[in-house]
Amino acid sequence: MELALQIWEWFPLWFRILVEVLAKIVVIVVPLMIAVAYLTLAERRVIGFMQVRMGPNRVGPRGFGQPIADALKLLTKEVIVPTNATRFLFLIAPILTLTPALAAWAVIPFGEGLVLADIDAGLLYVLALTSMGVYGVIIAGWASNSKYAFIGALRSAAQIVAYEIAMGFALVGVLMAGGSLNLGKIVEAQSGGFPGWFVWPLLPLFVVYFISGVAETNRAPFDVAEGESEIVAGFHVEYSGMAFAVFFLAEYANMILIAALTAMLFCGGWLSPFWGDWLATLSAIPLIGWVFAGGVHWFLLKTAFFLFCFLWFRATFPRYRYDQIMRLGWKVFLPITIVWLFVEGIAIVAGWQPWLI
Amino acid sequence: MAEIRNYTVNFGPQHPAAHGVLRLVLEMDGEVVQRADPHIGLLHRGTEKLAETKPYNQSIGYMDRLDYVSMMCNEHGYVLAIEKLLGVKPPLRARYIRVMFDEITRILNHLLWLGAHALDIGAMTVFLYCFREREDLMDCYEAVSGARLHATYYRPGGVARDLPDAMPQYRESRWRGKHDVERMNANREGSLLDFIGDFAARFPGLIDEYETLLTDNRIWKQRTVGIGVVTPERALQLGFTGPMLRGSGIAWDLRKKQPYEVYRELDFDIPIGTNGDCYDRYLVRVEEMRQSTRIIAQCVDWLRANPGPVISDDYKVAPPSREEMKGDMEALIHHFKLFTEGLCIPAGEAYAAVEHPKGEFGAYLISDGANKPYRLKIRAPGFAHLSALDEMARGHMLADVVAIIGTQDIVFGEVDR
Repeated sequence: MELALQIWEWFPLWFRILVEVLAKIVVIVVPLMIAVAYLTLAERRVIGFMQVRMGPNRVGPRGFGQPIADALKLLTKEVIVPTNATRFLFLIAPILTLTPALAAWAVIPFGEGLVLADIDAGLLYVLALTSMGVYGVIIAGWASNSKYAFIGALRSAAQIVAYEIAMGFALVGVLMAGGSLNLGKIVEAQSGGFPGWFVWPLLPLFVVYFISGVAETNRAPFDVAEGESEIVAGFHVEYSGMAFAVFFLAEYANMILIAALTAMLFCGGWLSPFWGDWLATLSAIPLIGWVFAGGVHWFLLKTAFFLFCFLWFRATFPRYRYDQIMRLGWKVFLPITIVWLFVEGIAIVAGWQPWLI
Repeated sequence: MAEIRNYTVNFGPQHPAAHGVLRLVLEMDGEVVQRADPHIGLLHRGTEKLAETKPYNQSIGYMDRLDYVSMMCNEHGYVLAIEKLLGVKPPLRARYIRVMFDEITRILNHLLWLGAHALDIGAMTVFLYCFREREDLMDCYEAVSGARLHATYYRPGGVARDLPDAMPQYRESRWRGKHDVERMNANREGSLLDFIGDFAARFPGLIDEYETLLTDNRIWKQRTVGIGVVTPERALQLGFTGPMLRGSGIAWDLRKKQPYEVYRELDFDIPIGTNGDCYDRYLVRVEEMRQSTRIIAQCVDWLRANPGPVISDDYKVAPPSREEMKGDMEALIHHFKLFTEGLCIPAGEAYAAVEHPKGEFGAYLISDGANKPYRLKIRAPGFAHLSALDEMARGHMLADVVAIIGTQDIVFGEVDR
């Protein structure tokens, strides 16, 4: 042990920091990728259950081998680059979509202090990265040189820009309430259990944020960018094999990200829903007390709930038409957020702060 | 200055919303459709010409394959035309059976339509709910004819055989335990009529289930209200029939206007729309399913009470029973003649039409006295509807074209024939 530490000390400082950060990245990304894989399985099983059918249950026990089988299938398939496609852009597009979806996780606090980069402008960083994803989509649609892909890319660009604004305004509300751009500080500002969560004073913003999140990730009922029955698969219609799988990974990583952000910004992240004396009594119970106290498990549970909502929407709603999505974003969500920001601003100036218990 | 051109998109023939093999050339200005040009013929099989080369009774099977989601109604139109030329009237029980299966077919067709239409607009779940019920109805087809789709059950002079006394049942397997099998067989213990009666009793509740997902759904309404509007005058001019015409507010239904078989004795209503848009046509079709259920329930009651022959005893038209053939020389000769030469129909021409789930399905037969038709012309409702696609889609967006194709309930088997 001593020897190991001495060898470690022997390395230069920059190298040690590098190794440490890389190790942290692996610790975040590997479980994330596994979560993405099993989210696809969960989606198929949950929707299957809602549609009175089974869903995949043949590969491995209860279908748990299915994501691995899918990944193997996609890995071994040929990546076809259409003759008239711009080869470089065509291949770089999936990477451009996946990178921001993964990079945003750097500032997500999983628990108290459990964060890769505790930067002060965390919320801005997340906002910047989630809007970066649209470049991959546009480039994919453009480089494919296919009409369906092109329509899909244009639709998705317009949609993401429209919803980015409503989403940004909703986050301004959170920022005002939390008094910080640091995600950890925002979560801590929601202490005080269930009634202290921002979801109550910011209810309209919460609704707008979550729906915009669904639109932002191009999920049903806002999936016009890949609307199956209209433009076949939209921007990724020409992709196959692993290039397609990367788009798929990015979509699901984005879903988890949005669900995690919703849990964090509006539902108190890792904090326990219990408060006051209850929390003290419950967490004092031997052995199982930690379940009731705050911790990573609460964060994961809340994220899982919002992910379930994503799947539930998909099984329930028909798809919006492209212009209706635009109308909803610009004419409904944007005014709601602006009005609520005013209400919130007045409340803060008047010293009436319901979120500070 | 750069030249601005409209964007042309090839929609189909291999497109998830093309309902088979529709090739649609769309001229688009951004997302807005300027011109929709349907190209047909990719499923042309020459049914009318084939029918000229075969004895009359051998073409019944081709009729199933015209509109392959409402099989027995196609047969009905063709068989009615033959009966009209022959001057034969099937026994009353056969006519009730035909009406009952026409209505089962109507529900089968509307269920597929509802599922596919909802899926086109993006609501996945309805599709699977609809297929759950289609399964039961196809079991009825199977029980009565041995085939789940292409039944060939209607014959000139009646139907092929009487309703069976037992329903096929599920068996235990690796995937289905004893418990599951018992639950699935619960309504299959009795005869086919018991099964259909049970279905008619529970189906209205299931329609409510589909409606909770769609009828009051804001997105569904936004996607269908005001889309593909056809005025009543225009609908008549375009030759619309069936729910497409009734959705525009014209109460035209052959079952009421020129009742064939036993529709005159049955109690049912004709739903009509007011605005002539996709939403009205949706409501009309859903209500038609409820009315069909009513008709089925009445037929089940009548058929329970009145046993009897199900095919004409005129051996020039319908084959004699197996039993008779063993002892009666005459019967054997009739059987031999029917299954080699087929029936010969006196020279003349006749048009017979039925209210098919999609509209008026008619068969126009010209006979020159031989055992084959001189000419068979089929009037398929979908053809007239498809030719109005351009008019309905113009000025709408790409996503609405999908909704319009869905609302027209296009099946290429009958359009291309």
